[in-house]
Amino acid sequence: MTARVGVVTFPGSLDDGDAARAVRIAGGEPIRLWHGEADLRGVDAVVLPGGFSYGDYLRCGAIARFAPVMETLVDAARGGLPVLGICNGFQILCEAHLLPGALTRNQHLHFRNRDQVLRVEATGTAWTNTFQPGQEVLIPVKNGEGCYVADAATLDRLEGEGRVVARYVGGNPNGSQRDIAAITNPAGNVVGIMPHPEHAVEALTGPSLDGLGFFTSVLKHLVGAPA
Amino acid sequence: MPRVVVDVMLKPEILDPQGQAVANALPRLGVSDVASVRIGRRIEIEFTGEPDLGRAREIADKLLANPVIEDYTVRLVEADETADAHS
Repeated sequence: MTARVGVVTFPGSLDDGDAARAVRIAGGEPIRLWHGEADLRGVDAVVLPGGFSYGDYLRCGAIARFAPVMETLVDAARGGLPVLGICNGFQILCEAHLLPGALTRNQHLHFRNRDQVLRVEATGTAWTNTFQPGQEVLIPVKNGEGCYVADAATLDRLEGEGRVVARYVGGNPNGSQRDIAAITNPAGNVVGIMPHPEHAVEALTGPSLDGLGFFTSVLKHLVGAPA
Repeated sequence: MPRVVVDVMLKPEILDPQGQAVANALPRLGVSDVASVRIGRRIEIEFTGEPDLGRAREIADKLLANPVIEDYTVRLVEADETADAHS
C-alpha cells in the first residue's frame, strides 16, 4: 500500500505544492490538509511546508501553532507520527514545543537564498534513514529568519543525544548556533529543517536530487524497514 | 478605559541584529554616545470588561512572547498614559 503523506496548507504557505510533488516523486501519495480542519484524514506522516503562515505576524509560526490542524498534529506527533517541518514548518514545530529552541532573524539581517551544502549527521530519524552518517548533500536554503538559537544546555543536549540532524557546511547562511540546519526530537519522528529538500528532487528545477532522500526515508520508515 | 500593556523583549543573551543595525546607523545622525540598542515589541490589550492582568499574562506566555528567546512584562495603564506614550 502506498504511504499517505499529508501536506498542510496554512494561509501564506508557499511550498505546499512542491512538498506534495516531492512526496509523489518519492513514491508516496500526497494528501492535502487544510489548516482550519483538525482532521488529519488518516495520513501516515505529515509535512509542514515552507512559506509565511499567517503573514509571519508576531513571530514566524507563532499563530500557525494555534491552527485547528496543529492541535491534532501535536498529539499525533507525540504519539509517534512522522512529521517534517521545512523552513516555516520548522519554525512552527519550535513554536509548538515539539522541537526545542527557536528560529530568529538572520544574524546579518539579509534574506538568504542559495544552494547550500549540508552534512547529514543523524541518520536514525524517520526522515533521514536513507542517508549515510556524514553524507554531504546540496539543498537550497531560502530564509530571512533561519538563525537557530537555544541555550547552551539545550545545544549540548542536542549534540550529546545525536539530535543534530544536519549542519551547514562551507558557510553558515544565517548565523545559526553551532551551524545547526536541522534537529529532531528524542524519538526521531519529528524533524525540523531550515533548507528545502522539496526543492531538490528533480534535475530540471533543483541543484541536485539530494532532497529526495528525506521523502524516501519516511516511506522506508513507514514500511518498517530497518532504519 | 484602562488597557493592559505587554512589553516583549529579547532575552539579554539573545543577539538582536535589528537593534545592532539601528545602533550602527546612529553615527550617521551624528550620534556617537550610544552603547547599544535593543528592539522589543509593545502590545496593548483592551478587554471587553474589566482589564484582567492574569488573563493578559496567560496570553503573553502562550502567544505574545516566546519564552525560549523573549521576556515579557505585563502592566495596567490608564487611557491617557497610553496616549502620552504615543506622543
